Amino acid sequence: MRIPYRPLAIGLVTLAFSALILARAQAGDRHFFAPVTDPVVKEECGSCHLAFAPSMLPARSWQRMMGKLDNHFGDNASLDPATAEKITSYLVANAGDAGGQRYSSKLLKGVATGAAPQRITELPKWVSEHRKVPDWEWRHKEVRTKANCVACHTAAEQGYYEE
Amino acid sequence: MKNILVVTSGIVAMILSTATLAGPREDLLAQYAAVAKVTSLSAARGQTLHTQNFSGGKPDTPSCTTCHGKDTRGAGRTLTGKTIEPVAVSVTPTRYTDPAKVEKWFKRNCTEVLGRECTPQEKGDWLTFVIGQ
Repeated sequence: MRIPYRPLAIGLVTLAFSALILARAQAGDRHFFAPVTDPVVKEECGSCHLAFAPSMLPARSWQRMMGKLDNHFGDNASLDPATAEKITSYLVANAGDAGGQRYSSKLLKGVATGAAPQRITELPKWVSEHRKVPDWEWRHKEVRTKANCVACHTAAEQGYYEE
Repeated sequence: MKNILVVTSGIVAMILSTATLAGPREDLLAQYAAVAKVTSLSAARGQTLHTQNFSGGKPDTPSCTTCHGKDTRGAGRTLTGKTIEPVAVSVTPTRYTDPAKVEKWFKRNCTEVLGRECTPQEKGDWLTFVIGQ
C-alpha cells in the first residue's frame, strides 16, 4: 500500500497552522481566563454567580473552598459528595497553578506559597488592577458586588477580562 | 346508544392520555401531596408563600421575590447579578422537570429565605402556583 505522504503532510501543516492561529486569537486578547466548559461545573457554580474561571485561583484555594460548601461566603451551597468531588477535580485540574495558564501567574503574583485565598477580589494583583474603580461604581445598582464581573467586563462569560 | 359509546370511549381516551402525559412535575405534586397528607394543593397559598416577607432567614433575602422578582413571568436576579430564568412554567417550560434539582433549590432557597426547610405542603403549593403562572 502506498501512503499518500503529500496530502497527509499538507493536512498536518494546515491543522498545525489553524491551531496556532486559534491559540493566538485567544491569547492575543488581554487577560484571557478560560471559562468553565464542564456542564456540571457550569450549572452548579454558575447558577448564583458567574462560574469563575478555575485559573483565577490556585488549586489549594479550590480544595479549601470545596471542603466547606456549607458555609460558602455565608450561604449553604452544599452538594452531594459525588458532585462535589467531580467539581473539585475539575477546578484543581484547571487551577491557576496547574500550568499552561497564560495570565494566571500574573494574577496570582504576590500570593504566598501555601496560602489558599478564597476571594479572587482579594488577590493583590486583582486589587491593584481595580484600584482606579471609584467607590460609587461598585455601589451602582447594576454592579452591587465585586463578584459581578460581567457588569463591567461584558465578555467575562467568554473568558475575556479586558478593561 | 351509539352516542353514549362514543362519549364513553372519548372520556376513556382522555383519561388515558392525561395518565400518559403526567410528567415529572405532576409526579412531584402527587408526592408532595401524599407526604403532606393533603388532598389538594393550593396555588393561592403558594402565591402567598412566594410574595410574603419572612424574618427567619437571611436579612438580605426576606422573600422569594427578592431574587425572583415580583413578576413570575419576568426574569429574576441573584444578589451577585446573575439572571434567573422566570419561575412561571408558561415562560420557562423546562422548569421543575428534574426532581433532584427542584429539591436542591427548595432546600437552599427556603433555608435562605425562611430560615428553615419548606414543608412538603409548602413545596406543593408553591409548585402548583408557578405551574399555573
